[in-house]
Amino acid sequence: MKSKSLAKWLISGPPLLYLLLFFAIPSLIMAFAAFRFPGDYGGLMPLTTANPDTGATELLINFGNWRDFLTLENFQRFFDEPIYFELFVKSFWYAGLTTVICIVLAYPLAWLIARSPRKTRDLLVLLVILPFWSNFLIRVYAWMIILGPQSYFSRALNSVLAVFGVEPVSLLFSQFAVIVGLVYVHLPFMVLPLYANLEKHDMALLDAAQDLGANAWQRFWKVTWPLSLPGVWAGTALVFIPALGMFAIPDLLGGTNSMMIGNLIKQQYLDSRDWPFGSVLSIMLTFTVLLLAALAAWAGSRGKDKR
Amino acid sequence: MKKVSSWVWAAAILVYAFLYLPLAIVVVFSFNDSALNAEWVGFTFKWYQMLLHDDVMLEAALHTLLIGLVTCVVSTVLGTLAGFAMYKWRLRLLPALVLTPIAIPEILMGVSLLIFFVMLNMTLGLVSITLSHIAFCIGFVAIVVRSRLQGMDESLVEAARDLGASPVTAFRAVTLPLIMPGIIAGALMAFTLSIDDFVISFFTAGVGSNTLPLEIYSRVKVPMKLNPEVNAISSLLMLLTLSLILIVSKVAPSALRSE
Amino acid sequence: MALLEIRDVVKTFGDFTAVNHVSLAVEAGEFFTLLGPSGCGKTTLLRMLAGFEQPDSGEILLDGKNMAGVPPEKRPVHTVFQSYALFPHMTVAQNIAFPLKMAGVASAEIPKRVDEVLEDVRLQQFARRYPHELSGGQRQRVAIARALVNRPRLLLLDEPLSALDAKLREQMQIELINLQKEVGITFVYVTHDQGEALALSHRIAVMSQGQVEQLDAPETIYSYPKSRFVADFIGQCNLLDATITEVQPGRMKVEIEGVGTAEALPVAGAQVGGKGTLTLRPEKIKLGATLPQGNADEVHFKGRVHDCLYLGDVTIYIVELDNGTLVETMLPNSGSGKAKFFDDNDLVELAWRFDAGHFVLA
Repeated sequence: MKSKSLAKWLISGPPLLYLLLFFAIPSLIMAFAAFRFPGDYGGLMPLTTANPDTGATELLINFGNWRDFLTLENFQRFFDEPIYFELFVKSFWYAGLTTVICIVLAYPLAWLIARSPRKTRDLLVLLVILPFWSNFLIRVYAWMIILGPQSYFSRALNSVLAVFGVEPVSLLFSQFAVIVGLVYVHLPFMVLPLYANLEKHDMALLDAAQDLGANAWQRFWKVTWPLSLPGVWAGTALVFIPALGMFAIPDLLGGTNSMMIGNLIKQQYLDSRDWPFGSVLSIMLTFTVLLLAALAAWAGSRGKDKR
Repeated sequence: MKKVSSWVWAAAILVYAFLYLPLAIVVVFSFNDSALNAEWVGFTFKWYQMLLHDDVMLEAALHTLLIGLVTCVVSTVLGTLAGFAMYKWRLRLLPALVLTPIAIPEILMGVSLLIFFVMLNMTLGLVSITLSHIAFCIGFVAIVVRSRLQGMDESLVEAARDLGASPVTAFRAVTLPLIMPGIIAGALMAFTLSIDDFVISFFTAGVGSNTLPLEIYSRVKVPMKLNPEVNAISSLLMLLTLSLILIVSKVAPSALRSE
Repeated sequence: MALLEIRDVVKTFGDFTAVNHVSLAVEAGEFFTLLGPSGCGKTTLLRMLAGFEQPDSGEILLDGKNMAGVPPEKRPVHTVFQSYALFPHMTVAQNIAFPLKMAGVASAEIPKRVDEVLEDVRLQQFARRYPHELSGGQRQRVAIARALVNRPRLLLLDEPLSALDAKLREQMQIELINLQKEVGITFVYVTHDQGEALALSHRIAVMSQGQVEQLDAPETIYSYPKSRFVADFIGQCNLLDATITEVQPGRMKVEIEGVGTAEALPVAGAQVGGKGTLTLRPEKIKLGATLPQGNADEVHFKGRVHDCLYLGDVTIYIVELDNGTLVETMLPNSGSGKAKFFDDNDLVELAWRFDAGHFVLA
């Protein structure tokens, strides 16, 4: 028994220590930073100081003066100014729209793959994953080219619009571009879980439904769709959550009005250097995400029970 | 088997086109003899030639490769240990620590590591980027390795024990070779995640430690300076990952399956 | 001294008692079967013999040596797993060489030993194949060869034929019997298939809910089940609730509920008023349009055919007695010009020798 627990520590110890040091502790420090004041030149107001005589580190904070170092002001600011809440709502809207579009695009693809013969199936799956292996920034950059004002696509679109007497539109640096980018980057994460689910469906169910008088539309909505919900939920978790925290896509493809939470966090940390408020935003995002993940897991497991 | 209806085919082909056309455009324009990414003018290699003399870009590529390799090795070892531990024992803390970095948006990890490194008075640079990359790659390796272990017939290890192998021998002779495709897949994933990473590098990089994604970002961020050199380096990067995948599919075909 | 002795072994998993005070002994050279429905504890017992589980209490002795705390790799016992558990990354020869290597057999000798055992299972030409290139039956033989190659004292087989189709299973049964005779190694065989158990074993332990219900030779188990469970589990059997009305030396009378009086062989502990079950195998019942009466050794009833199940070689007739009790009988379809002898609703007569019915006290 003793050697067993020794083996357990030898094996789980190294990754555990690493993640404690480089994930858990940094996260706790960040959470704590949300309760502190910003420093005079950005960052955080120090809690310690170096003694000018000895050079030793001395703690400035103590039981008498902790109010000078710790505050709820940062949270106050988040709840007082509606602009932050609105930004959360807008990010939710972007991520939600992205998820819905991903479901619509992923479904026929996942269905096709799941119904293909074994050999082609592996190839088709690989074709979905392959773009995901190419660099994230390249994929965003590709859309900067396509949606750019001089691109074939923009010109073609605008000449069509001109026929209808519509003013030329600028595609790049718009909300439209942000959504396209979000969908493009996250689509594989919807296809794969959906495919994994659809693959397990018993085709006899559809035959049975048809035999019992259901048309194609009814067969989809009454049989395939409800059975695929666990896959849809898994895909939703994989698309919605990262999309919610995205900052590079709005940064590159979006205009001034298509900022998301991630952009605000980045701004607080790197531009205005207000770390405490940046931490508040991060905590809010973390809670939202954990809540959503729990929700998705719950919905997914409920769907499984039904089967 | 029922035939898939033709409109599903049509929709699926359109979606595949949506996935591949943008990448194809990047590659095509990397050979375009025009500084604007707008119209095909003529064929040229000059952007690739420029790339060869672009010291900043080359240095960034070197950084990326270095970080990727170290991340790959360390996170594969740590992730394999974690995956094995999670498969073997009912643990509470380790799975939480392994899975959360994957579940939360990258930016959260980026900013918390930024605060952490600054508090430690560490100079931001290659080391801080590498340490961060390892932290978020462990989870991916662990998941792949664990699912590989879960897919393994448990009676194989029992059979080895039954036929006279000690626990350690059974692991070495049976478990390890069988999960090797998972480990390779995990390593490949860690390497690509690392050379691909933009967000975490963005927060944990310092002056003079640009990686390729960071360099590409800084160049495409200025819209009027769209630089076909970026197309060239992008195409090369795609070629690199593609050949990597091809190699792995030859060496360990099952590493790529169903992940 | 018995080769294997199991003494009062108990194994629980949480609230569930998988093995409940089991004691039994297996002789050297025996083909011994643990038979029972799933969840009866037979596999748990087997895993304790292999060393994958430790008994909560009780002892397992092999050659008189207590096996407590001896890990699987240190036991002279090998297992043929239900899934075969062939190492997919090793060839057939490498799989078979594995236990030899583990036992530290000189590497020069290994190929010879592998060849020998491959010959035993007639797979010489498959030595360099990988398991996924073999058929189910071939994999099965590799698994057995691998477990036999370094001559364990005891070979454990966990439902080894369950993954094979019916025809192949029968063929493998014959091979298993021959192999066991040839190598002379003691087999402990686990199955839920009663036909397999009857066909293969020297002795069978029928298990139910963690306990051994009956331990006997196959013929005894089939003809003289000790409990209603055994009678019901082994083969087809009519189970008629009955009460003893008269006990004489060599013969007793029982009142079958709602049917009438029948004679039967007396059982140990039989007393007038004792309740139990008369177990009656379908094939022991005679069936005819009219049967000669007056034989003092025969029990005689009238009835009507309720259902027929035509099985080709035989037909099963479910006969409804005058008071509604259903009795299952069967007739081979030999000698009939037609496909079968009777049809639904035909009036028939049944008879059986008094000692064909075996009475089990409740």
